[in-house]
Amino acid sequence: MQTLHHILKEHYENRSDEVAITLQHAGEEDQTITVRQLLTSAVSAQHKLEAEGIQPGEVVLLIFQHGRELIRTYFGTILHGAIPSIMPYLTEKLQPEKYRRDLASLIGVTQAAAIFTYAEFEPEVRAALKQEDSVRTVMVAEELDEGSEPVFDLSRRKPADIVLLQHSSGTTGLQKGVALSHQAVLNQVSTYADVLHIDPHQDVLVSWLPLYHDMGLIAGFLMPILYGLPLVLMSPFDWVRAPYRLMQAVSQYQGTLVWLPNFAYNFCATKIRPRHMEGVDLSSWRLVTNCSEPMRHDSQQLFLEAFKPYGFRESALGTSYAMAENTFAVTQGGVDSPVRIDPVDRDSVQFDRIARPAMEGKPSINMVSAGSPIPNTQVKIVDVNGTTLPERHIGEIALLSDCMLTEYFHRPDETQKAFMDGWYLTGDYGYMADGEVYISGRKKDLIIVGGKNIYPQDLERIAYTVPGVHPGRAVAFGVFSQKMGTEQVILVAEVETDDPDEKQRIAIEIRQIVTQDSAVALRHVHLVEDGWIIKTSSGKTARLANRDKFLKETGFKVL
Amino acid sequence: MKAEILAKLEEYLLNEVLQQPDRQIKADEALISSGLIDSFSLVDVALFVEDNFDVHIDDTELNAETFDTLNQLADLIIERQDD
Repeated sequence: MQTLHHILKEHYENRSDEVAITLQHAGEEDQTITVRQLLTSAVSAQHKLEAEGIQPGEVVLLIFQHGRELIRTYFGTILHGAIPSIMPYLTEKLQPEKYRRDLASLIGVTQAAAIFTYAEFEPEVRAALKQEDSVRTVMVAEELDEGSEPVFDLSRRKPADIVLLQHSSGTTGLQKGVALSHQAVLNQVSTYADVLHIDPHQDVLVSWLPLYHDMGLIAGFLMPILYGLPLVLMSPFDWVRAPYRLMQAVSQYQGTLVWLPNFAYNFCATKIRPRHMEGVDLSSWRLVTNCSEPMRHDSQQLFLEAFKPYGFRESALGTSYAMAENTFAVTQGGVDSPVRIDPVDRDSVQFDRIARPAMEGKPSINMVSAGSPIPNTQVKIVDVNGTTLPERHIGEIALLSDCMLTEYFHRPDETQKAFMDGWYLTGDYGYMADGEVYISGRKKDLIIVGGKNIYPQDLERIAYTVPGVHPGRAVAFGVFSQKMGTEQVILVAEVETDDPDEKQRIAIEIRQIVTQDSAVALRHVHLVEDGWIIKTSSGKTARLANRDKFLKETGFKVL
Repeated sequence: MKAEILAKLEEYLLNEVLQQPDRQIKADEALISSGLIDSFSLVDVALFVEDNFDVHIDDTELNAETFDTLNQLADLIIERQDD
């Protein structure tokens, strides 16, 4: 059994002059990073960690925007044997105080020993530190030297040792760091690459996904580098302002593989103009995998229609069900055969929790298959007691594999809750039919906007800070938007006032503070009278019931 | 002429981006740095300006330094229309 050090050593010895990453920044020339440049520049970060007395197995937080510094410190931390964890960079609209609180909370749960960031961001980072916390040093990328020839210490880490942490965003997400071992990451990468029939001499992966997200970190960064597959990496910041850059990059570099969250299909299809597509040829694209939020057939069709004229092939449409807790992919569809669409009877799904095939003359739903489990991952559907359910019965998805998380880092309570007899309980609902997995909903109160997981309790907590809104008297939930291909966030809050001006002020303030504290844009704020919000018998907010009540009462239509 | 541009921009942002037709946006209210326009909507704003005023805003300019208020956006449009 190997570690990442073995793999990196092989690449360094056998293909050090090959381009590992082509880095794109809007308005600048593309930069190439060879395997040699990647690893020698990483050595400077490794040396810095050594000089600062950071031990293998300690956590190092990386706070950077997309770019060379993030890449070299990521690999430098791994070479050193320490555990990298990426903290998203502060954006201009986020409140610095809130950012500091999140950073302090991340330091608290990971017990990070060191932080790498930019010189100009160092004061911001230091402002979040406390005398008694675990951070012993803050290092800035500008002080790193050119690097030197790497020496691969193959006994430094064992296959079962933790190699990296992955966090979701927000106050709640930061508390649950998914800890993955060397062997988990390598098992995922080799199994998934086989499923995708990756040929490092033919395939080119293009990604705009942020590296603090599992899809970006594993599929869009570590897998190509560890598998020796050329990677074209653009900034999420650039892509969201100019989605056509993805198409131009695929065309320019003959990209073959891309992963996208569902909303990106709608986003690309509706926000790219013909003039952006002049000379663009998408015929090299062999697989674009829809992943990380509920997959919609209509979103994929919209994308297909928009890009067919530029050579995009229907056979390139793929799907995957993935999560950080399984390193990344659980299933994959659309590689050897087209993605299956399963028309099911709507009433059976709603009332019996069984996905019976659609019957003529009765309302039906088109379910999109997430494909088959990848060979190292077993999937079963269980009921509330943990009993395995038969084919087409809807229950919670449980999985068992050799690429699962070791633990939620330093959270034995959360880790214990997540497992049942060795199986990881995903918190997602779905069913199996003919060996393929279909996702129908989720048990956990999670809103997914643009592929990003948002915990409603975080948004509610922020809303309580607005004068006129009381703790426990707001509820946030997601409503699917067909136009956007993703969920839109609605917040309902009870207020005592009837004064329309005062209500307007409260609504505006809630929107503003939620944006500044969470970087989530609320689509709608609905103010209601005292006693409106439905609670469970134990006094908890029943989010789904409140969502249904809101939709019924207001007839609200999300565009 | 500027008043007309401002009104058109405000109407668009309220109806299409914020979906809050009942409120107002002040001409000097921060749009981008405040998060009022989220990053997913910036490209819409650029396309709207291009389609309605025949003025190009490059994607590298979609940030608060180029324009952060309706006033600044309207000035930018007028300036480029004159070129």
